[in-house]
Order: sequence, then C-alpha cells, then structure tokens
Amino acid sequence: MQQPMKQAYADVPVEEKTRLYREVVQDARFDTYLYGCYECGICVAACPSARFYDFSPRKIAQALAREDVDLVYEQMNDDVWNCSQCFSCLRCPRGNNPGGLITIMREVAVNNGLRTTKEALAGYTRIIYKIMTTGTQVSPDMLQEDAFPDWGPQVKEVADHLAVWRRALPPETMHTTALSWEVEERTMRELYAIWKWTGTLDMIAQLDEGLHDIMEEIMDDALEDSGIA
Amino acid sequence: MATLTPESTKNDRTVPVRGTSVETTKTFRPDPEEAPEEDLREAVLQLEREGEWIVQRVPEPYYEAPTKYGRMKKIPYERTWHHKSCGQCGHIPGYSTSIFWLNRVLGYDYFDPRDQTSCTAWNYYASATSNQAAQAAVAMRNFAAAYETGYFPLIHCGTSFGHYKEVRHELVHDHALRRQVRSIIERLGRPFVMPEEIVHYSEWMYAVRDQLQARVVHDLSSIVSTVHPACHYYKLQSGDAIYDPEIYGGQRTAVVTGVVQALGAQVADYSTWYDCCGFGFRHILVQRDFTRSFATLRKIEVMKEEANPDVVLTHDTGCVTSLDKSQFAAQAHGRNVGVPVMSESQFAALAMGAHPFRVTQLHWHSTDYRPLLAKMGIDAERAWAEFQEDVKQIEAGTMDYLTWEAVL
Repeated sequence: MQQPMKQAYADVPVEEKTRLYREVVQDARFDTYLYGCYECGICVAACPSARFYDFSPRKIAQALAREDVDLVYEQMNDDVWNCSQCFSCLRCPRGNNPGGLITIMREVAVNNGLRTTKEALAGYTRIIYKIMTTGTQVSPDMLQEDAFPDWGPQVKEVADHLAVWRRALPPETMHTTALSWEVEERTMRELYAIWKWTGTLDMIAQLDEGLHDIMEEIMDDALEDSGIA
Repeated sequence: MATLTPESTKNDRTVPVRGTSVETTKTFRPDPEEAPEEDLREAVLQLEREGEWIVQRVPEPYYEAPTKYGRMKKIPYERTWHHKSCGQCGHIPGYSTSIFWLNRVLGYDYFDPRDQTSCTAWNYYASATSNQAAQAAVAMRNFAAAYETGYFPLIHCGTSFGHYKEVRHELVHDHALRRQVRSIIERLGRPFVMPEEIVHYSEWMYAVRDQLQARVVHDLSSIVSTVHPACHYYKLQSGDAIYDPEIYGGQRTAVVTGVVQALGAQVADYSTWYDCCGFGFRHILVQRDFTRSFATLRKIEVMKEEANPDVVLTHDTGCVTSLDKSQFAAQAHGRNVGVPVMSESQFAALAMGAHPFRVTQLHWHSTDYRPLLAKMGIDAERAWAEFQEDVKQIEAGTMDYLTWEAVL
C-alpha cells in the first residue's frame, strides 16, 4: 500500500510559516509580481532551472496565490536557490514575475537566517565580502585554478601572469588585481554608508555573524573619519 | 596561449545558414499608442516638474532608435560616462577595452570614472543579501556621480542595465522608497538624479553601426555568427529595448544582430535563442554543474548542430563568461562544442583592425579563437609575439603599462 507523502518541515509551527509568508506578501513589490495563474506552464517551459532541477516557477506563483503557507515555506527552503534569476519567466501571459517573487522569498529567507539559506550560501560568503567592501563583485585575483578547475588550464595561465597582464591593459582604471577597476576611497565609504543605512549589513548578521563583524569593523573604521554622518 | 583546438573547431560548413528573415510576409509595425506598458520616461519627467529629482538629459547629438512598442529612444553618441562591469573588467577585460577603443577610433569624448561602484546586482540576484532601498541607493549614487561630471551614463553590463530599469520603475511608483533613497543620497551630499534614458552600450553600438561599418578592414562575408541576446537586456522592463522591423521582423531585439550584419558578417538563427546562457548568478560561482550543462547542452551544442557558427556574439558579462568557460569540460568529454565567444564590441574592434591581444585581450578567453582570427585574415601568431614583447617590456620595467597611444 502506498504510504502518504510526509509533509516537509512538519516540525515547524504553522504560525512561523505564516509569519514568513506574510513577510513575503507584505513586500512592496509583491502586488505587481503576482496577478494569479492560468496554469499554462509557459514560465516552466522558458525556465532553465526547471530543466535541471525539481523546480517550477509555476508552483511558486500558485503556492503564493493559494496562500499555501506550508508549501511556500518548503519552497523558501528547498527551491528558491535553484532559480537562475534570468527572468525568462516574465513571458507569463498573466503578467506575473515568478523570478521577482523568488527574489522576495530569498530576501525573507536571508533576513530570518533560515538554516537552508546558510547552507545554500555557505560557499558564497567570500563574494559577499568582496562586493560589500570593495564595490566590485568579482576581481581578477579570483581567477585561480583551484576555484575554477573546470575552466581548464587557461585560468592558471591568467593567474600566473595576472599582474603583468593587468598592466598590459590600455584603460588606466584597470591595472588593478584585487578590484575590477580603481574605486575612489570616497566612493567606497559612500557604499559602506548605504549598506549600513539600509539595513543590508544587518542582514549579513543573520547569515554569518563572523562575516558581519569583520565587515562592520572595516566599514566603521572607514566611516569614522570620513565626515559621513 | 593555453587554448584547445578540438576537431570540432575545424569549421567545415555543411549546415546551411538560416538568417534573420522571418518566415512570413506579414509586417508587424508596433504602435506606441497601443503599447501594453506605460512609457516610464514620461513619469520620470513629471517627477522632475514636481521637484522630486533632477533629470539628466541625453546630450546632443543623439541617435533615435525604435524600441519594442515603437517608442523612440535617445542614444547619445558621446560625452558618455562609462558605467563599467565588474565581471567584464575583472575577468574578460578586452570587452570593456574594446568599447573604449571604439569610442577613441570614432573620436568620441567619453569618461572612464573611478567614482563608480558595481551595480551590485550580480550579488543581489545570487544571494539576496540586499534590499530595494540599498539597490536603488547604489544606482542613484552612481547616477549622481555621472551627473556631477557632466557626462551621461552608458552602462556596460546587461544586468546593470536591466536592474537599473527595475530600480527606475520602483522609484517612480513607490514614493516611500523614493523619499528614503533621496534622503540617503542627500545625506551623502549628492544630487538626486535620474537619467532621461537608461542606455546600454550595445544600444550605442547599434547607433554607430554605420560608422563602424565604414571602418571595417577585414572581409567578414564568410564569417557565420550566432547571437545570444542577454536576458537582462530585453526580458527585464522589456519595453525599453531596441527592436527593428528589419531584423527578425521586429520580433527579437535588434542590438548585436544589427551591428554584426552591418559589419558584413552573417548571423545564423538557432532554435534556443530565447534560452538563457546558464549563468545563474549564484550558480556560475558555487554551483557550476548547472551552468556548464545548460550553456553547452542548450546553447553551444544547439548552435553547432543548427548553424555551425565561427563565433558566438553576445552583449553581456555573464553570457560571455558562461558560454565561453563552460566549453572546456564539455570538450574533455568529446561533446560537439568549440566555438569562440566574445562581445560584439570585441568582434567589431577586430573587424576594424584592433590588435587581438593589446585591445580585444583574447588571451583571457578559454575556447580557441585562432581559427576565427585566421578566417578573418588576422595573423594570431604574429600578434601574440607582439604582445609578448609588450609583456617583456613591462616585466623589465622599460614600459610602465600599455598605453592608448600604443594601440591606436
């Protein structure tokens, strides 16, 4: 006899699931990202992640539209990090934005420090550090063979010649190795202020307290003498 | 040059080129009056009249290009403030270098700022460790920096372009967000400025395509390319992307394709043109099994089978990276891949006589580009020897760095 499917995250109280669901639907963007669902599947047909994962943008839209707090909670834990954020799903004839809904769900997941979010972003924190402290997301010195072994020997060749190849670039702003281009001190300090004033730095505390503390110290030191209140 | 030369790159043309003509005699002419979306630019100007922000005007002279619903978009020729891309400058620097080189060859005044951050949207779409206010403040800080120089923002990255259009939409429609971000920008001592148009560099390429064509020095008539249109260029805020009734019957964006055809190369169609490249933002950095699979199985292999191109051309940071770098592992498994990938700015620069290593910096790319250069009539070995001489001089300290004077 077939056993009934066990509900995922059954141990999480429905009140907690409802609280997170409400955070999603109260986001200012939510009302313009979800209008209903024809169940036509066009978003799924266009979705790259649906081809490789057990993932469906249609189910995301439907779960939110049906106020299915159990399924939304499950998706927030098990599905949203599979999305490619390419927004191919904007082909939706109903005008939905499933990719945008996922952006909101991810923000809520980060803000609430969900365990699965920490796991999904565990290998990603060095990127967060790079973008938040330098203003450029990737840098030339990130091209290392141990980080990109599947990209072949060309990565090692870049790494071996990095400093001199960067100087063999005509644009004067691009002779950098730790940043993608030269960023002024004032510019970085203004970015730090933005992270602090908008609560973005606080979000990191939910994700990785150690990373938060390191970045807070860098930003506070930089802002202390900057004249930026 | 540690690149692979698999059998599959020996491009014996057995696949007929299916071009950009649509299989219908019907002509679709979009009517702006029947557009399904509002023209946000009108709201931007209205908010200026209400004192909400300053609108930075597109400097004259400008080109007027048709967009998806038939509205015209102003594209500046010069006095452009180059909003660089972190991925381009960091990992494929010939991309940005070629854009600058083209501006210099055409004699256009531009500004390459240090008072610029990344849009930070790569991180946002990867990790969501940000929020609406922060993303909008980063955008408006960069716009303020551009305004203060008197130069107009020209955005290199497709994701920055798409994300900034989203930010503009949110700032126009959400007055609470607008007030919050305005307060942040004013606290930084900056003006609160929205550009009259949000312009991607590939739109500038489209605007100057005839000027590029006039400077082509290589015969490209035998070169077959496939074009990957970048998702964040035309799927986000889709009404604000260039469409031309003459290209794909106005059913797909005309940027890249219009430029490549003007340069004299062929553009071949393929069935998975709408698919993304597999970049995934988070996936390309920490879950690349997905990126590699999608980029090769759904894009490169389909292109090879249906069009057998000499080169894949696109107009975004992540697309060049995903489609190029993903091919190494697939080649190791003997898959039908092996097509060089670059931006149309690099391709145009090559067509106009730019040095393949000093300007287009192809040694940062993985998939073998030498068969393409040979077919274009460019001597890759000689060019590499010249570049190696530059490198020796830099290493010996007899040259500080490669200058623009040396490459123009």
